[in-house]
Amino acid sequence: MTGESEDQILNVKGLLCPLPVIRTQDLVKGLPPGTLLSILATDPGVLEDLPAWCRVHGHDLLDASQLSGPEDPLAGPEFRIRLRVRD
Amino acid sequence: MLAARVIMDQGIHVEGLNFFTGFCVEGHTHAIRKHRADRVKRNNALWVAERLGIKLHLIDVIDEYKDVVLNPKHGYGTHLNPCIDCKIFMLGKAKAWAFMEENGFDFIITGEVMGQRPKSQRKQIMPLIARESGLPDRLLRPLCAKHMAPTLPERENWVDRDKLFAFHGRNRKPQIALARKLGFDDWAQPAGGCCFLTDGDYAAKLADLWQSSGERDYDLDDIMLLKVGRHLRPASHYKLILGRELGENRYLEGYTKRFIALRPVSHQGPLCLVDGTPERTDLTTAARILARYSQGREADSVSVSVDWPDGTGEMLRVPPLAQEDFRDDWRI
Repeated sequence: MTGESEDQILNVKGLLCPLPVIRTQDLVKGLPPGTLLSILATDPGVLEDLPAWCRVHGHDLLDASQLSGPEDPLAGPEFRIRLRVRD
Repeated sequence: MLAARVIMDQGIHVEGLNFFTGFCVEGHTHAIRKHRADRVKRNNALWVAERLGIKLHLIDVIDEYKDVVLNPKHGYGTHLNPCIDCKIFMLGKAKAWAFMEENGFDFIITGEVMGQRPKSQRKQIMPLIARESGLPDRLLRPLCAKHMAPTLPERENWVDRDKLFAFHGRNRKPQIALARKLGFDDWAQPAGGCCFLTDGDYAAKLADLWQSSGERDYDLDDIMLLKVGRHLRPASHYKLILGRELGENRYLEGYTKRFIALRPVSHQGPLCLVDGTPERTDLTTAARILARYSQGREADSVSVSVDWPDGTGEMLRVPPLAQEDFRDDWRI
């Protein structure tokens, strides 16, 4: 955690990869460089795919983790990816 | 991966395109289910792009792709796979993207090998695909280029034809040898199978969806749900979808605002969604079937909650369906 607040939050809970990546890609196209973006997801595949997407496109990956705290017994774990849009 | 690397090695800038139709095998089902838990839940296109050091653009074509699935001009393969129309569609989309002024590419490459696939990679079909996608002269297949007439990039010497290949047929040994020569020790999907439409079980579920709804149509939720769970149709007017494991139950939970949801309460067991227009007696049958798939299958009775999308609900207490009453032709 950097302690910085996010400029944007993208909720892709319930979507399965690659849709979280596609939604992120499409949002990032319209964001100015340096924007901090948090992506909230339920597909554990984001822990692999969004960091890979960041590396491929040169965005700074700040964090990729499962959210702590009590888990929704029906919906399962949630994940958060934080990135900074490349300059 | 090989085609891109062969062209990159000639000093040409390459970027990747990956189209998401909704029928892609990778990702979804692996993420939902624990089977094949040993496999990394990765997106292979991203994985390849990273190894090549190129950008990859993922393009959502779910809505536009419907027409390809529903009305394939060149027909289906063994199941509901419209391979030739699919290739024409994707190359057409690639052309539109690549030749946009802001992207500014000069030609398209694919990793196709003549004769490798029985449908879209036949010798007489590959030129047809190039023509109908609007790329009669700017579609280069580096791995089998020497079996074809030189394309514009070759004639203009943007690409050195002598450094391209003449692979042919279903034997992948030449590609594997080339991969090793280029320093690759891992690759994705060497034998295809990345589309649910080539899967007989999936195609049967899709055909059942069309037949039961009375129209050949679908939305993304429809085709995603066909990938998940055990599908049973006890009668023509309703279908049951039962989760087979925790991951599927969690995924199906996301649809309880759209479908009637049944859950065993007195015993452990899966979530069951009811799709269609069930009568009251059908819900009792559904509860009995669900009880059969619960840990109470040997019990005298199982309590099952029934929750409607509008938030109302009730509780049923039912005997699990006996073996002799379960019909195999319910399975879709």
